[in-house]
Amino acid sequence: MTRDPAALLPSAEPVMLIDPSGAPTGLADVPDDDTMLAAYGALVAARRLNDQAYALVRQGRLAVYPSSHGQEACQVAAAQVLGADDWLFPTYRDTVAAVTRGVDPVEVLVLLKGDWHSGYDPYRTKVAPQATPLATQLLHAVGVGYAAKLRGEPTVVMALCGDGATSEGDFHEALNFAAVFGVPVVFFVQNNEYAISVPLARQSVAPSLAHKGVGYGVPGERVDGNDVAALLAVLGGAVAKARAGEGPQLVEAHTYRMQAHTNADDATRYRQDDEVAAWVERDPLTRAEAYLRGRGALGDDQVTAYAAEADRMAAHVRDGLNRDVEPNPDDLFDFVYARRTPQLEEQAALVADELSREDAR
Amino acid sequence: MTHEKLTMAQALNRALRDAMAEDPSVLMFGEDVGPLGGVFRITDGLTAEFGEERCFDTPLAESGIVGLAVGMAMNGMRPVVEMQFDAFAYPAFEQVVSHVAKLRNRTRGAVTVPMVIRVPYAGGIGGVEHHCDSSESYYAHTPGLHVLAPANAADAYGLLREAIASPDPVVFLEPKKLYWSKEEVDLAAPVPGIGKAAVVREGTDATLIAYGPSVPTALEAAEVAAQDGRSLQVVDVRSIVPFDDATVCEAVRSTGRAVVVAEAVGFASVSSEIVARVTERCFHSLAAPIRRVTGFDIPFPPPKLEHFQLPGVDRILDAVDDLQWEDS
Ligand SMILES: Cc1ncc(C[n+]2csc(CCOP(=O)(O)OP(=O)(O)O)c2C)c(N)n1
Ligand SMILES: [Mg+2]
Repeated sequence: MTRDPAALLPSAEPVMLIDPSGAPTGLADVPDDDTMLAAYGALVAARRLNDQAYALVRQGRLAVYPSSHGQEACQVAAAQVLGADDWLFPTYRDTVAAVTRGVDPVEVLVLLKGDWHSGYDPYRTKVAPQATPLATQLLHAVGVGYAAKLRGEPTVVMALCGDGATSEGDFHEALNFAAVFGVPVVFFVQNNEYAISVPLARQSVAPSLAHKGVGYGVPGERVDGNDVAALLAVLGGAVAKARAGEGPQLVEAHTYRMQAHTNADDATRYRQDDEVAAWVERDPLTRAEAYLRGRGALGDDQVTAYAAEADRMAAHVRDGLNRDVEPNPDDLFDFVYARRTPQLEEQAALVADELSREDAR
Repeated sequence: MTHEKLTMAQALNRALRDAMAEDPSVLMFGEDVGPLGGVFRITDGLTAEFGEERCFDTPLAESGIVGLAVGMAMNGMRPVVEMQFDAFAYPAFEQVVSHVAKLRNRTRGAVTVPMVIRVPYAGGIGGVEHHCDSSESYYAHTPGLHVLAPANAADAYGLLREAIASPDPVVFLEPKKLYWSKEEVDLAAPVPGIGKAAVVREGTDATLIAYGPSVPTALEAAEVAAQDGRSLQVVDVRSIVPFDDATVCEAVRSTGRAVVVAEAVGFASVSSEIVARVTERCFHSLAAPIRRVTGFDIPFPPPKLEHFQLPGVDRILDAVDDLQWEDS
């Protein structure tokens, strides 16, 4: 297959369908009101979840939380453009994407609560375990997509990573493998301008991260990461192309990490408050709300109803995280192999003996 | 002689600063080590003091960081690189094992790559997955690398200075859980060098052999044992490679009993190597087989379960109790 390089290049500016004031840009049609309302509802829930998780860190119920405050539109759209049989490969920052796809937030937060490494069954919702080693999950996404292709299944895989992760070798290997094998993967980069303290300029001097597709024969597109309408359109289009057999697609969303990398990070050491403040007016939630209100598709009653639903979800999260799970030492040994080795049996017995002597005391 | 109260993190920072001030070929780079000063603040202030060319952030790629360091070391620099966490060093494994460790040997000594790979390592900080690995055995198993693990601020300073000056590449393992413990140190006072273990507590009944994060635990166990009337000696290995057979064996011969304490998985590990070496050399001085208290042979557990995995005082004292005292 020969590919015209020009056809692989992203647009000069990120695609924006609704401007920060909530007005349509006219660049292309905004998705219909039902789709936009569903996205709005998910955004309200997403923001509430980020806020709730942050509060739970302060209360000591979560060990750490990498917030996606400001990036919710990316995560909501990434989940909502997928069909039931598609797959999502999230990172540590993509709690909201996993939840929007239908994983119980309490199960997603098990990792950060510290009870276990991954708290949900990836096959039930087709959401892979959240990946921390950067970019490594992108190759797994290609593998899942290729297996589906070989079995003749119409699965598309949505593989998420950050701007910093595009510097890792695995990012490049994943794009190349996917292109060579014609695998239906959408690589979705949330460029939030920072990798912890390191600004994008230190990761790449490419015209954009979406331009990185050209070298692999993968078409790239850029989208405003705070415009849920544009995200739904661009990611939806990429999924459709991948499903139609056009091979992997690369989408870069330009967004911003409004909070520190995690609660353990001090962002004042490397960026100015006014830089953060400039992004407030581009908030994805207020933008979607302004658009829907402007069309008369959303009123106060519905806003209140969505907020109430988000509050119920937050209460469910609080209940779940405030419940202490008694750590079961058998868990240490039961999942290392299909069957415990003789050595693991000995080690489990040692722990059991220690505990019984503790009880006897 | 100026004694000051320093954390291990501050001592490491001071070692980097002093080395960079003395030798313009010493460079520091990695992820978030520039303006942020590293996620553990070990490189705090270095960019401000020495400029962006001497202490800088790289693109986010560990293989790239170590590979770049190889080339720089080949061309007259002394790079010190930081892997942000133990488990995030694995993308660099190919560079470390195939090149950092082998260049001297491949070229019959013509090409050497003096560099230090700093790795915040091990558990005990309630970290989530991939943030708590004890990876020393991978490195120790790779000929061509020196592997050091300090357990106190004075050693952190002294060993890091030596590592930077060393003609050979050094993997420098910094126990994360000890970063913030404060001690009186005299940075000008020399410490035993690379290849030297140290007896850090005298004792006559049995010897605890530990390194890195396990040394304070071993010392605590010895303290508790003393209250029970048992005198435990503690040896801090400090230098995993090269290993100080002489000091460790002399210590074990003096007591005739030993327990090796290490946080890492026990199977095929530095702790098993220590048992093998000491047994080969001290068999006739031993009153009991050497015992080990190590991490179980499992992936490092999540925060709520990590206390089961970490060698603790009780588990160490249980092992000491098992050293066939009834026979003596
Ligand atoms: C292989 C690897 N190296 C280093 C890290 C430590 N680390 C965690 S997140 C992060 C920054 C990632 O930045 P980016 O890809 O932009 O994602 P963001 O956190 O901004 O969402 C780093 C360096 C890691 N998780 N994995
Ligand atoms: Mg980022």
